[in-house]
Amino acid sequence: MQFTPTDGANALHPPHIRIEGVSKRFGGFTAVRDIDLTIGRGELFALLGGSGCGKTTLLRMLAGFADPSTGRIHIGDRDVTHLPPYERPVNMMFQSYALFPHMTVAANIAFGLKREGLPKPEIARRVEEALALVKLDGLGGRKPAQLSGGQRQRVALARAVVKRPEVLLLDEPMSALDKKLREHTQFELMAIQRQLGITFVMVTHDQEEAMAMATRIAVMDGGRIMQVGSPRDIYETPRSLFVADFIGSVNMLEGQVVETQGAEAAMDCPALGRRIVFAAGRNLALGETVALALRPERITIGQAASGANHVHGQIQALAYHGGASVFRVLLPTGTLLQVTRPNLVEGSGSTLAIGDAVTLSWSPQATTVIET
Amino acid sequence: MRPLLSLVSGAWGRRIVIGLPFLWLALFFLLPFLVTLKIAFSPSINGIPPIGPILGLTDDGALRITLHIENWSYLFQDPSYVIAYGRSLLTAAITTVLCLVIGYPMAYRIARASPRMRPLLLILVIMPFWTSFLIRVYAWIGILKDNGLINNFLLWTRIIHQPLQMMNTQFAVHLVMTYAYLPFMLLPLYTTLEKLDLSLLEAASDLGGRPIISFLTVTLPLSLPGIVAGSLLVFIPAVGEFIIPTLVGSPGHQMIASVVFDEFFSNRDWPTASAVATAVVLLLLVPILALVWLRQRNDAKLIASS
Repeated sequence: MQFTPTDGANALHPPHIRIEGVSKRFGGFTAVRDIDLTIGRGELFALLGGSGCGKTTLLRMLAGFADPSTGRIHIGDRDVTHLPPYERPVNMMFQSYALFPHMTVAANIAFGLKREGLPKPEIARRVEEALALVKLDGLGGRKPAQLSGGQRQRVALARAVVKRPEVLLLDEPMSALDKKLREHTQFELMAIQRQLGITFVMVTHDQEEAMAMATRIAVMDGGRIMQVGSPRDIYETPRSLFVADFIGSVNMLEGQVVETQGAEAAMDCPALGRRIVFAAGRNLALGETVALALRPERITIGQAASGANHVHGQIQALAYHGGASVFRVLLPTGTLLQVTRPNLVEGSGSTLAIGDAVTLSWSPQATTVIET
Repeated sequence: MRPLLSLVSGAWGRRIVIGLPFLWLALFFLLPFLVTLKIAFSPSINGIPPIGPILGLTDDGALRITLHIENWSYLFQDPSYVIAYGRSLLTAAITTVLCLVIGYPMAYRIARASPRMRPLLLILVIMPFWTSFLIRVYAWIGILKDNGLINNFLLWTRIIHQPLQMMNTQFAVHLVMTYAYLPFMLLPLYTTLEKLDLSLLEAASDLGGRPIISFLTVTLPLSLPGIVAGSLLVFIPAVGEFIIPTLVGSPGHQMIASVVFDEFFSNRDWPTASAVATAVVLLLLVPILALVWLRQRNDAKLIASS
């Protein structure tokens, strides 16, 4: 891929975790393939991908639960590649929370501090601090079985940060929470991360969660990193079809370049049955086949044409989502385009209906050239 | 079909399902126990059966219950009963500890084996049950006796020149009892260890716990129910074990079960035999019931508050 290992680790986030050529094989199966990645200090970094993409294996190698088959992992100046978990300056928040069921909340949080051999008053003080941080004051005497799911998640967080690790690893931190609580918790986790200044590395399969929280995202597939970048980079300039498709909805348009003029180019697109103009982003050769990603919300839907590119079609399906409506528009060529329109004013969700003839328009800048 | 179904699913169905085991216990445990208790208070006579009645009528026609407590006072006057009882408790305790020490690592290893291997390893644990218990004890005699397997081997290799006295010792009793009761310890231990969430051990390790600390602070406390269940399953029958001490133990080191046997069959003193047997049940049952009750109350407290 075309990113450099130090992508994004800038003056704001000097390098903290360096992963160099790391692979992990389980028997004949390669879970993680030759990954190079640098994560900056104080970042909230997300490893994003579907199940089996290798994101959890990579996280477990950072924690020390899995030994890399090849490559090195550095945290700060230390080579931690083969250090056991109990000697790493890293703590993990488990997907299942992994709270000790036979211990009280306070004993769970104190567990790591006791292992450091801190004096009792110091442990008690820091447990109180951690409980206050996650807003669970007064619940230290409870057992995990007596807490709600959201409270357990907070205990898991408190237990993981109380040791003041250099790096906090979060394995699907929000997966067990309901949608409402999840949104609330996202903001809280981000606030806590800023407050503590710890580097967070989070594994998630939820692209919205990654987009909302992370400073940078690594999109993974088949044990490889497909792209690393800020949520904005990944969304707006996906480098591959996989990334474009994984992050949000996308319309893919392919065709041959027939004209280039400065920053813009034109191509004949058989799927649309017409020539379209797009921002090239780089030098394109005439006759070159290119693929464009066109996000549904970048298309204007209406009766009249309003951009450089426009096609006519018929609404085949629509879904009302409250804040926005999603349309599927059938073109005469047989192509289906997905269009999202925000419902800005009351009643705007009901002005268009299935079967209506509409015109779709978009500007040359609305599309992104995908590397194929 | 319908009446049967509604019977089983209704309140009466529940009562029957719960009631049957109670009925079973009442019929085959409580009733024999009461009979034994009654004999324990009966006078010893020459006759068939060798006990007199405890119920009678006085001259003026009143019901008279005569409780012969002298059967019980023997138990404390003759130290041999107390010694035999103490020896039984000690032997059972040693057996329990040995089973725990040997069974825990075995159960732990089986629980951590690959899911494919586990049934095979468990079958190996249970396999000896397919042979008669008595034959297995006789096999141990063949191994332990003066011209048995071990002694013959040691003599042949000239490590020893005199056979080691292993048969008819407490050593043989402890060895064979540990062998015989090991599966009863191992299986409940395996069940709790197999259920143990491995991410808890990862969490302990992640928080700075070395393997030995993780074991002591997480694995061991969480396998406590298995340890308690296994220990009870070994300890209770071990106290009353009759066959093993009789076959491989020393006649000079009588255990409580053979005392009951001798009183009953050799002395034909049913009341004393019954008093000894009843005392064993009471001394064993009461503390263990208290323990179980305490545990259940603890669990209930946790469930109620969650």
